[in-house]
Amino acid sequence: MALTDTAGGGRTRALLSVSGAFARFAFMVAATIVGLLAVTFFIGRIVPIDPVLAVVGDRAPAHVYARVREEMGLHLPLWQQFWIYVRDVLHGDLGTSVLTSRPVLDDIARYFPATLELATLGTVFGALFGVPLGVLAAVHRGGLVDQVVRVVGLVGYSAPIFWLGLLGLLVFYSQLGWVSGPGRLDVTYEYMLQPVTGMVLIDSALGGDWAVFKNAVSHIALPTALLAFFSMAYISRMTRSFMLNELSQEYILTARVKGVSERRIIWRHALRNAVVPLITVIALSYANLLEGSVLTETVFAWPGLGRYITNSLQNADMSAVLGGTLVIGVVFVAINTVSDLLYRLFDPRTR
Amino acid sequence: MKRMAMLVAAGALMALPLAPAKAETPPDTLVMAWQFDDIISLDPAEVFEFSAAEIMGNTYERLIGYDVEDVSDIFGVVAESWDVSEDGRTITFQIRQGTKFESGNDLTAEDVVFSLQRAVKLDKSPAFILTQFGFTADNVEEKIVQTGDYEFTFEMDKAYAPTFVLYCLTSTVASVVDKDLVMENDVDGDLGYEWLKTNYAGSGPFAMRQWRPNEAVVLERNENYAEPTPLTRVIYQHVPETSTQRLMLERGDIDIARNLGPEEISALESADGIKINSGDKGGIYYLGLNQKNENLAKPEVRQALKYLVDYEAIADTIMKGQVQVHQAFLPRGFLGAVEETPFSLDVDRAKELLAEAGLENGFSVTMDTRNTPDITAMGEAIQQTFAQGGVQLELIPGDGAQTLTKYRAREHDIYIGRWGPDYQDPHTNADTFAANPDNSDDAAAKPLAWRNAWEIPELTEKTASAVLETDPGTRATIYQELQKEVMDTGPFVIMFQEIEVMAMRDNVNGFVIGPSFDANQYWKATKE
Repeated sequence: MALTDTAGGGRTRALLSVSGAFARFAFMVAATIVGLLAVTFFIGRIVPIDPVLAVVGDRAPAHVYARVREEMGLHLPLWQQFWIYVRDVLHGDLGTSVLTSRPVLDDIARYFPATLELATLGTVFGALFGVPLGVLAAVHRGGLVDQVVRVVGLVGYSAPIFWLGLLGLLVFYSQLGWVSGPGRLDVTYEYMLQPVTGMVLIDSALGGDWAVFKNAVSHIALPTALLAFFSMAYISRMTRSFMLNELSQEYILTARVKGVSERRIIWRHALRNAVVPLITVIALSYANLLEGSVLTETVFAWPGLGRYITNSLQNADMSAVLGGTLVIGVVFVAINTVSDLLYRLFDPRTR
Repeated sequence: MKRMAMLVAAGALMALPLAPAKAETPPDTLVMAWQFDDIISLDPAEVFEFSAAEIMGNTYERLIGYDVEDVSDIFGVVAESWDVSEDGRTITFQIRQGTKFESGNDLTAEDVVFSLQRAVKLDKSPAFILTQFGFTADNVEEKIVQTGDYEFTFEMDKAYAPTFVLYCLTSTVASVVDKDLVMENDVDGDLGYEWLKTNYAGSGPFAMRQWRPNEAVVLERNENYAEPTPLTRVIYQHVPETSTQRLMLERGDIDIARNLGPEEISALESADGIKINSGDKGGIYYLGLNQKNENLAKPEVRQALKYLVDYEAIADTIMKGQVQVHQAFLPRGFLGAVEETPFSLDVDRAKELLAEAGLENGFSVTMDTRNTPDITAMGEAIQQTFAQGGVQLELIPGDGAQTLTKYRAREHDIYIGRWGPDYQDPHTNADTFAANPDNSDDAAAKPLAWRNAWEIPELTEKTASAVLETDPGTRATIYQELQKEVMDTGPFVIMFQEIEVMAMRDNVNGFVIGPSFDANQYWKATKE
């Protein structure tokens, strides 16, 4: 075998490709963020909402209003305001949210883990159920599983998440009492937990606090199920069409002719190839959930990033909006990069 | 098939009941679900929002208080007694002895003087409630002066009606903060402002322990308070969705749901283990008619629109139990409040008036409508009755801050709004509905009369004179005249007074719903 003499070159190539990926990542992050900040900043200044109102309220006398406006730098020309903002960001200062009176960075550190926890679980379960369902639907085309996938897809695409969430609460929380209600923990447990990662499940498990963990599970189960359902609807639908595409390829026919078992053909040969485009689908669906699902967060009183940004936007609390946008931008770029790397892993042609 | 088996197993696992069979809050803890994303600060010198005001009312003490059942009954809280000088310009206050802050520090005149001076110097939104007596950051140290351990003087620029002054001192901005504790946290001479925004330095029945924006506010019993509260802890949980609040209350995960709408309340009226409590609030719902619109500027049109609202139907069905018909700018319970309601839906009368204005074929006009359920529902009802009189009303929905920005810039035709008094004295509403010192676009003061471009030099003068009238009877008469004038000719279709409704578990007792948010009291509340 020629393994020995190509090993060194392979390693260098791998290193090169890793550092190349890293440089690409850094560049993409920088470009995405500057673009995002500029667009968000100027949109924020164009919306017909007076940002001073969020600070002083409706009743403040004129001189207080004028003073705060000046303190917020709103009397300066737009480009200058933007420059000051970017300069502060480069110094690691995302500003202070006027709605929470706290540094935006602290707010994000608080709200993003809540979203991350929910989105990750939602995507994991969505993929765990969605991929096998999609595969089975493609294999038994027109069969029972296929019909189920079709109905799930239909509901997932058409039912408002808000309505489904309330319905879920009504049935599983209010009527059956299987899960706990809105919020991340029961009030009695709220003070027992020392935040480390900000993700309640992880923090309670780290602390070995199983009562809290159990309570957190019963709170997160329903919103997770809801988000998982929506991502499952999407993932199963896409898996089905990717699989149908693969199953009609000639290599499958060849494999069958060679007498490879059907199970092996489906799970090893066809799925292996369908995984490549699936990575994009799952990554996109994850990124979508990470933006924060405002409606889910509202129904379940979940203190996540989506509601934070929406609420800030409605009050023109621009430091908070920009900070949140920044995080989402970074997340998108990171997920894109990871899915690029996974592509390389699964698709030899891209190496 | 292994996978299928795993799927089934996972499904079965997910269906396992995860929650305890019966939810219940701890017996010494009151848990409320409330939309409190309006809180931006917990410094009493800055607080001007409903939710924060309620928290201040239960955690800080003010110089003066009033009986929530009878607002005319004023009494000292931190102040034990007071004397007004002969010229009426100086009030000398004696401070009650033996009060301690939650920190353990004694509450003395030094703290009171510091608190009042601090509010004036910081000059945040509600500071005008104090500075209207002639205080400025420069002169306040000479005007509010400590004269003994438990005595200080309060010197104003004019001889204001004593009731006016005392009512202003019942407001949140006049709360007493712990001078030593606040100054320990002073940074660069900010009088502890950055710190107090999210912390606590008071002497009220409860101590504020934690504020997590959009999540929770936690209060605990102040062990140094003279009469320890029956409850150990009060928790506000931020639950933005009202249907969710309802489910949580039914299930017993919360004790009180604070933001339920008329339909949810009706549905809960007969529910087991739940009771509905309500109380009059000072909020007034009104339409502001911009006088820059040439149709709305006609006196007959203003009158006609007042006949084109079905007050009864909205109060009895759409907003059932959450508003009562009220057509004067002073809410019930205020000195001089007018309770007559001369207007009702009268399409014929309205058409006559419109014809007199030369608009027999009606006209089209827009209304900026906040997208909250109450305002939207009212807006839609008004749209229907306006149409009966030939007035085509187009609703422009928008978020609170967005419609408000437009209103404050006088760019609306009609604005449907809610106005709550800043303090319990009639001047607070008179000064906004019946005063407009300068109607120019760049005026310094922008009261509601200004926002609707209503030029009223005579009423403005009369409003200013009322605060100097020391005889309460005469003062009340002036306010009655002002209200009738505004009711008859003003660009305000004043419609309703707000009622606050709470649904609570029936073991909760002693929650007092006061006329303003800072008068909602639960320091005597119990759960049995």
